[in-house]
Amino acid sequence: MNWLKNKDTLYGFLVILPSLVLLGIFVYGFILQTFYTSLTDWGRDPAQALSANPQIRFIGFENYRELFTGFVDARFRQDLVNTFFFTLFFILGCLGVGLGLAIVLDRSPKGEGFFRTIFLFPMSLSFIVTGTIWRWMLQPQGGVNQLPTLVGLPKGEFAWLTSREQIWQVSWNDLPFLTALVVSAVLVFIALGAFRNGERRRGFIASGSTALLLLWAFTLGRTLQPLPYDEPHGFNLAFIGIIMAAVWQMSGYTMALYLAGLRGIPEELREAARVDGASEWQLYQRIIFPLLAPITLSAMIILGHISLKIFDLIFAMAGADNAPTDVPALLMYLTTFRANQIAKGAAIGMILLLLVAAVIVPYLYSQLKSEVRR
Amino acid sequence: MRKFLLALVAAALGSLAVAQSGRLEIFSWWAGDEGPALQALIDLYKKRYPNVEVINATVTGGSGVNARAVLKTRMLGGDPPDSFQVHAGQELTGTWVVADRMEDLTPLFQQEGWMNRFPKGLIDLISYKGKIYSVPVNIHRSNVMWYNPAKLREWGVQPPKTWAEFLTTCQTLKGKGLEAPLALGENWTQQHLWESVALGVLGANDYTNLWNGKLRFNDPKVVAVWNTFGRVLDCANKDASGLSWQQAVDRVLDGTSAFNIMGDWAAGYMTTTKGLKPGEGFGWAPAPGTAGVFMMLSDSFGLPKGVKNRANVLNWLRLVGSKEGQDAFNPLKGSIAARTDSDPSKYNAYLQSAMRDWRNNRIVGSLVHGAVAPESFMSQFGTVMEIYLSGRNAQAASNAAQAIATQVRLGQ
Repeated sequence: MNWLKNKDTLYGFLVILPSLVLLGIFVYGFILQTFYTSLTDWGRDPAQALSANPQIRFIGFENYRELFTGFVDARFRQDLVNTFFFTLFFILGCLGVGLGLAIVLDRSPKGEGFFRTIFLFPMSLSFIVTGTIWRWMLQPQGGVNQLPTLVGLPKGEFAWLTSREQIWQVSWNDLPFLTALVVSAVLVFIALGAFRNGERRRGFIASGSTALLLLWAFTLGRTLQPLPYDEPHGFNLAFIGIIMAAVWQMSGYTMALYLAGLRGIPEELREAARVDGASEWQLYQRIIFPLLAPITLSAMIILGHISLKIFDLIFAMAGADNAPTDVPALLMYLTTFRANQIAKGAAIGMILLLLVAAVIVPYLYSQLKSEVRR
Repeated sequence: MRKFLLALVAAALGSLAVAQSGRLEIFSWWAGDEGPALQALIDLYKKRYPNVEVINATVTGGSGVNARAVLKTRMLGGDPPDSFQVHAGQELTGTWVVADRMEDLTPLFQQEGWMNRFPKGLIDLISYKGKIYSVPVNIHRSNVMWYNPAKLREWGVQPPKTWAEFLTTCQTLKGKGLEAPLALGENWTQQHLWESVALGVLGANDYTNLWNGKLRFNDPKVVAVWNTFGRVLDCANKDASGLSWQQAVDRVLDGTSAFNIMGDWAAGYMTTTKGLKPGEGFGWAPAPGTAGVFMMLSDSFGLPKGVKNRANVLNWLRLVGSKEGQDAFNPLKGSIAARTDSDPSKYNAYLQSAMRDWRNNRIVGSLVHGAVAPESFMSQFGTVMEIYLSGRNAQAASNAAQAIATQVRLGQ
């Protein structure tokens, strides 16, 4: 209790105490409660689901087991795959479009302020508004499908939000194997980087784990099958429309981030590079893009957690029942509030929390570490 | 002794009817087109009990999808509305009655003499373990096939009487260049079609057995339903998922499709919004294979336990179940009265024909609209449909349906 003797520390602690208590109850307390709920059978017996004093039994990780390997929860697994592809294309789209716009605006064209406002404006709309506008535009009979007729082409036939076409199908049973391959690829990348920087020990550890993981993947990983039959999951083409709307809304935001980053690069650096004879492309490739890397990381984190939690945009665009554009957050809502399967809904919520945490926590950790170093 | 108790309850209920004051909160999803019908009921109530302040709490959203979520939050939070709209049948019993949240209304039914006024099939659907928990205000029919009489004459076809006949007619029409003889809309309308196919293929007995657990979903008979359903779907338009039910009806009216299976709110849409005359602008028949059977859904009101204005609610329920109340509400809503003694002259030609069927037909309940299966099954039936549509595998869909039925203890 030595630190209490320091008055400043004591005052500081007292000042943050109320928010600590409130956070502890209303954030972490409820996370724990949700986690506990997800380990129970709340909702399996209709008589107990909504009664005043429900009798709830602890059943361990049964809900999670059902979600990943149960026969009727195929929809949840497809939703996970949907989220993966949505996140991937949403982040790539926002970063690409945002960077392009920022580079154009950075050259200070005429009316820069005007265009900056225009590009940033969609961000100020709520996802519900964006969703409603895009739902109208993506109607099968109108909007975007009518565009080709303006130049004399036949009108489009694509069912933007309801198409059942699926590409890049992968069996759910191949998932352990594929995950191992992806993780090995990342490890190889780390190992190469380590060797290049002369950190031999780190390099050996990384390559050693790669070898172990690959060995596991090709032997035991192949026999580990969560389902007794093949269950194909893939990228639903109906998501293209959702991705378009989401990119339209959030790319202005990445543009603003990148623009700030570009403006923060001192003119001297660019001039020095030009004096050294760098072409425009080399200037971007060697000087500007590396300096923008931290911004890309921040943008990826922020966009990533938006896309993992996405609910309102899809609710407004396609409705909660449209299975081709379903995501776990929507399924959580349906499971909890329509099907009264409260425990299973809580389990989906916990999985979402873990996914978001996997994105956010390493970022916060590295941020805090660099702050301490400063 | 029992009689004495009943008399006591009746006396207690009766004494409460005099000069009420206070509030009454009515929770429903009747906004927009259906708002005036609810308002008519509320106006009647205000005329009878001028001192009661009526709070009309509506939560918009088709067929109550949003209202039900709000209702659950309020009930779990210990703040039940005085009376709430709910689909009669399992949507009420499977969710709220089994959870012991509703009061038994059997004494009210006996006191008001309603036991003979409502058909027995309906009383059976709204009862749980022999007790009645809600007062049905209206009846809609789910198994109706709509068509355009002028167009059918032009094509020279008759409304098919069975699903086999329907498939033949479908081929005939396809031969005449009609790309999609059946008009279909989004998601839930496909499930709506399924229940009519199931009733037509299984017949009323087996259809009822499906919901009380006597017929399993993985029975070959039910697999046959899925197979027929698949062939019927082949007759439907490809852009179905993007259309609302109204747009699907429009396809029939403008002749791009020949038939549409939809509940009889479609009649309201065609008469009120489209200004068509029943029998001339549009025609109807029972869905193929379901003649003589009335697949019903109904909105009803109940009495949650622990409400603040119990006496006012009982008066409300009395009004909702009365002939006067039902005949004020239903012509505006475009549905028929749940009572069998309502006045036909207040209803249009379609509704009059529905009233005749309501009195004479065998009554079964709708799946999609909450009558025969609890919410836990109904909302997961979408997943079953998804499994079928993604692989067109009838056996897989049947197995999934049975797995869910077992999980939610359907019919137990």
